[in-house]
Amino acid sequence: MNTLTLWFHKIGSPPTFYRLAGRFTPWLFALAALTGLVGLYGGLVLAPADYQQSDAYRIIFIHVPSAWMSLFIYFVMAVNAFIALVWRIKLSETLAMCCAPIGAAFTAITLATGSIWGKPMWGTWWTWDARLTSELVLLFLYVGVIGLYHAIEDRRQAARAASFLALVGIVNVPIVHFSVKWWNTLHQGSTVRLLGPSAIDASMLWPLLLMALATKLWFLGSLFARARASLLELEAGKDWAREEALRTGAAP
Amino acid sequence: MSEFLAMGGYGAYVWSSYAIFAVVLAIDYIAPRLHRRRVLAELRGRIKRQQKRTETPT
Repeated sequence: MNTLTLWFHKIGSPPTFYRLAGRFTPWLFALAALTGLVGLYGGLVLAPADYQQSDAYRIIFIHVPSAWMSLFIYFVMAVNAFIALVWRIKLSETLAMCCAPIGAAFTAITLATGSIWGKPMWGTWWTWDARLTSELVLLFLYVGVIGLYHAIEDRRQAARAASFLALVGIVNVPIVHFSVKWWNTLHQGSTVRLLGPSAIDASMLWPLLLMALATKLWFLGSLFARARASLLELEAGKDWAREEALRTGAAP
Repeated sequence: MSEFLAMGGYGAYVWSSYAIFAVVLAIDYIAPRLHRRRVLAELRGRIKRQQKRTETPT
C-alpha cells in the first residue's frame, strides 16, 4: 500500500478519527459562531433594506444558507453512503448516518423560515409548487433514513439499509435545485451564481456568503461531534472505548 | 433600537425566523453531547459490573 492509502486507513480507523475529531470540533464550532455573528451583523445591521421587501428580506440570511446546506449535506450523506455500501468502511457508515439529523435540521429550518417569509410576501404560508414540494420531499427522505436506521436492530445492517435509501433519494437533489428553472413556481430563481455575476448587491452578498461559510463549519462540527458519540457506541466492546470511558469518568 | 427590532413592520416574521434558526441549532449542538455522555456512562456501568463479577466469583 502506498503512503496515501495507509494514511487514509489510519484516519478511517475509529479511535484515530475519534481523537482527531475531538480536537477539531471545538474549533469548528467557535469558527462557525464567529463567522455567523459577523455575517448576522452584516445582514441585520449593515445591509440596507430591500427596495421591494423592506426589512422582511433579511430572512434570506438564514433561509438561503440553510437551503444550501440541506442539499449539500444530502450530497455528503450520499457520498458516504456509497462508500459504505461499496467498501463497507465503518467510518463512512457512521458519517452517512450522522449527516441525516443535521440535514433534517437544516431542511426544517429552510421550510419553516421560507413559510414565515412567504406569508408577508406571497400572502400564503404554503403552496404546493415545485420548489416547496421537492424540499418537503427532501425532509421526508432525511426522516426516512433516520427512521430506517433506528428500525433495524443490528447497527451495521441498519446503516447499510439506510445508506441504500439515502443513495436512491439523491435523485431529489437536482430536482430541488433546478425546480425553479424546470417549472413555473412562486419561488424566485437563484440570485447567487457560482458562474457569472450574482443578481444581488455586494452589501447583501457578503453577509450571505459568510452565513453560508458559518453553516458549513457548523455542519462539520456537528458531524464530528455526532460521529464521535456514534463510534463510541458502535465500538463499546473495544479497548479504546473502555479507556475513553474510564478516562472521562476519572475527571468530573 | 426599537426601530431595529421593528424591522420595518416585519419584526414578527424576521425575529421568529431567527428564533427558529437559533433553537434548532442549539438542539443540534446539545444532542450529540448528551448522546456521548450517555454512551460513556453506560460503558462505565458495564465495566463496573464486569469488575464485580470477576472479584466475587459465584
